[in-house]
Amino acid sequence: MPAVKFTLNGKPQTVDVPPAMPLLWVLRDTLGMTGTKFGCGMALCGACTVHVNGQPMRSCATPISSIAGKTVTTIEGLSPDSTNPVQLAWIEADVPQCGYCQSGQIMTAVALLAKTARPTDADIDEALRNSICRCGTYDEIRRAIHRAAELKRAQGGAK
Amino acid sequence: MSVQINRRSFLRNTAAVAGGLLVGFRLTDGSLAADTPAAALKLNAFVHVGADDLVTLFIHKAEMGQGTVTSLSMLLAEELECDWKKIRTEFPGVNREYGPNQGVVGSASIRSSWESLRRAGASAREMLIQAAAQKWGVDKSACRAENNAVVNTSGNARLTYGSLAEAASKLPAPASVALKDPKDFRIVGKPTKRLDTPAKVNGSAIFGIDVQLPGMLYGVVARCRVFGGKVLHFDGSKARLTPGVKNVVQIPSGVAVLADNTWSAIEGRKALSIMWNEGPVASVSSRTISQTFADRVQQPGAVARKQGDGEAALAGAAKKVEAVYTTPYLAHAPMEPLNCVAHVRPDSCEVWASTQGQTAALNEAVRITGLKPENVKIHTQYMGGGFGRRARSDYIGEAVEVSKAAGVPVKLTWTREDDMQQDWYRPASYARFAGGLDADGWPLAWTARVACTPFGGGSRTAVEGVADIAYAIPHIQVEHHAVDPGIPVSYWRSVGYSQNTFFAESFLDELAAAGGKDPLELRRRLLANSPRLLAALELAAAKAGWGKPLPPGRGRGVALSNNIGSHTVQIAEVSVDRGKVRVHRVVCAVDCGHVVNPSGVEQQIKSGIVFGLSAALKGGITIDGGRVQQGNFHQYDVLRIDEMPAVEVYIVPSQNAPGGIGEASTPGIAPAVTNALFAATGKRVRRLPIRPEDLG
Repeated sequence: MPAVKFTLNGKPQTVDVPPAMPLLWVLRDTLGMTGTKFGCGMALCGACTVHVNGQPMRSCATPISSIAGKTVTTIEGLSPDSTNPVQLAWIEADVPQCGYCQSGQIMTAVALLAKTARPTDADIDEALRNSICRCGTYDEIRRAIHRAAELKRAQGGAK
Repeated sequence: MSVQINRRSFLRNTAAVAGGLLVGFRLTDGSLAADTPAAALKLNAFVHVGADDLVTLFIHKAEMGQGTVTSLSMLLAEELECDWKKIRTEFPGVNREYGPNQGVVGSASIRSSWESLRRAGASAREMLIQAAAQKWGVDKSACRAENNAVVNTSGNARLTYGSLAEAASKLPAPASVALKDPKDFRIVGKPTKRLDTPAKVNGSAIFGIDVQLPGMLYGVVARCRVFGGKVLHFDGSKARLTPGVKNVVQIPSGVAVLADNTWSAIEGRKALSIMWNEGPVASVSSRTISQTFADRVQQPGAVARKQGDGEAALAGAAKKVEAVYTTPYLAHAPMEPLNCVAHVRPDSCEVWASTQGQTAALNEAVRITGLKPENVKIHTQYMGGGFGRRARSDYIGEAVEVSKAAGVPVKLTWTREDDMQQDWYRPASYARFAGGLDADGWPLAWTARVACTPFGGGSRTAVEGVADIAYAIPHIQVEHHAVDPGIPVSYWRSVGYSQNTFFAESFLDELAAAGGKDPLELRRRLLANSPRLLAALELAAAKAGWGKPLPPGRGRGVALSNNIGSHTVQIAEVSVDRGKVRVHRVVCAVDCGHVVNPSGVEQQIKSGIVFGLSAALKGGITIDGGRVQQGNFHQYDVLRIDEMPAVEVYIVPSQNAPGGIGEASTPGIAPAVTNALFAATGKRVRRLPIRPEDLG
């Protein structure tokens, strides 16, 4: 089987695994990067969300062969020091409870803000409705996304 | 207040308490500390202090989202007088110093630690003060602890905890310590941010499923889809040919496939050929279970509560009301599917697990390996949700069995389907009520027969919420039938109250309607002797604007619960749009006694409501041929962000002993919603989940 080359969190990466192996398990088991979580294995819950070429993707249903030549960002690559505006807002709003779904929630929120600088509640519903949180942190997630949008605009303005 | 210390609980033990996989840690101010903290000196089982002035708090419970790491740290830090920014926390192993049964069930962490952890903090503080007094050659009374240091009140001298740690660790624990008057609390009672948040926003928090060991294999187990079924024989030869698969081993619960990654193990499992002996449960279905319940409640059952003479009061009542309620089996579906890492060696065993039952996990590993308890180590990891499922140790035992059989460290992962189809479910239940009203429409008699599968010994889990109602009704008779169709059942967030509060609070509403009473007014009258519930009721009613007009199509419903030592009243506002229930607003008033972290209380009330609302609107596990018919979130849906109601939480100020909070709000939300649906539509919902056809 041919090795797959892609860019992972800004660095070149090569893996030699079965082509059908989902990106999720390549990240977690082959590369030992466990910030991306397994939740359902069927792209139903959002816990495994990463960015592929900037788009949010369910890594549990993304074969590694489809990643060749692409750019992947995981929660570990979002910022070196938890200073992405979404992470800052998440800390400010104290969002996580068990925390297991939060990598996926955060990656989904970052992708939303990349596309929509001032998301409405309806935009948030649309983008996040397939990201399940069993602890029920939805209120805090919504609040944090609005706050992250503010922080991001302020950062943009400062540049 | 002066409290005698139980000296046995402070037995000095110089052996290092093993932590989890420590890979650097974050201080509470978010800055990253050195990868390895300075050797911390043990003052007692809960408090270690390093020469670097860092304070390590050992959290003997476990964290599944309920905020235990933060709230227990607050209790320790309050009396320890340490700098909140200099603490770090660690989960210790299983140790008798932490009690006979370490675990997190029954929303008991604060209740069981409220005094003991403040004492532990105070004891460590006194040892640090004593060490400073000895250095200065002054009496202890001339010294005071503040902000991670001891101050000499007769001068300006000050010694940091770090500089005192070694001397303090050699001192005996004081025989008694004075605890603060709650009015002097600096930390307890103040809204406090969670200590685990920084690690949970950057992927660095290690859950059980994230543990990695050198040479570890990844496994999944093929289990019989029918509960209780056993392997007759199997052929693993094709599975062994699957790329990445390293081994196939049989264990008591099925056949394990081990590979160099989880996905290959799952692929290998698909290639197994197994002949099962499905056993007697193969003939069981949801239909046969319901029929059994319905048949059984025709007969008198075991009496769980008898007060007055229910039968006679019913016979003489001016009006009689009858109703049958049902609830389904429910899965826990924590976001982190079950998993466990185990490494069995000839002379020792280590387990890394997200578990609610650390001592139970240890006992399970001891049972399977035959090792002495002191040679088995449990490493507690963050849980991606527990909800009662992780109080069972079946998934831990499996990993130990597999590692023992394969002779290598193993991470066993359950797929979502495994998790949903091999759960220990919230039991299905069936309740037949008959109530009587007097000539003025006030309740006179409350009788119920409940059929379900009790567990944990006795009938408590079958009838709690129906039998122990706080309402002052003269004649009460509650009976139950234990029916065991062979479906595994166990604790599910709020346990028996999760279904019985729906039954009881719905039926009370039916009595109100039949008697022409306002549902809130009826509760107010019947709670005259329950001041804490009554105060919560009044607060919720005022905040919700009970009695004030609502937009057309909306209805309001009230329900209360009285579980885990807390008193909770919820008022929901709902409407129905083309058969779909919309919950707009939930007002929740809670008296949970003395509050440690108000932010944590608010989080848990919201969390419990979302959990209960998921079940009320969507939840249902059904059985056919002894198998669970649901497998993943498309068949077992849960509440989503666009369905989240506006939740307002109001805490009743209280100096009573702390109650639990993790399970306080789950019971009341379903009946608050269905009672509101009755107000909005005139339709009485008597089964869960709520179905469009029951509202049409």
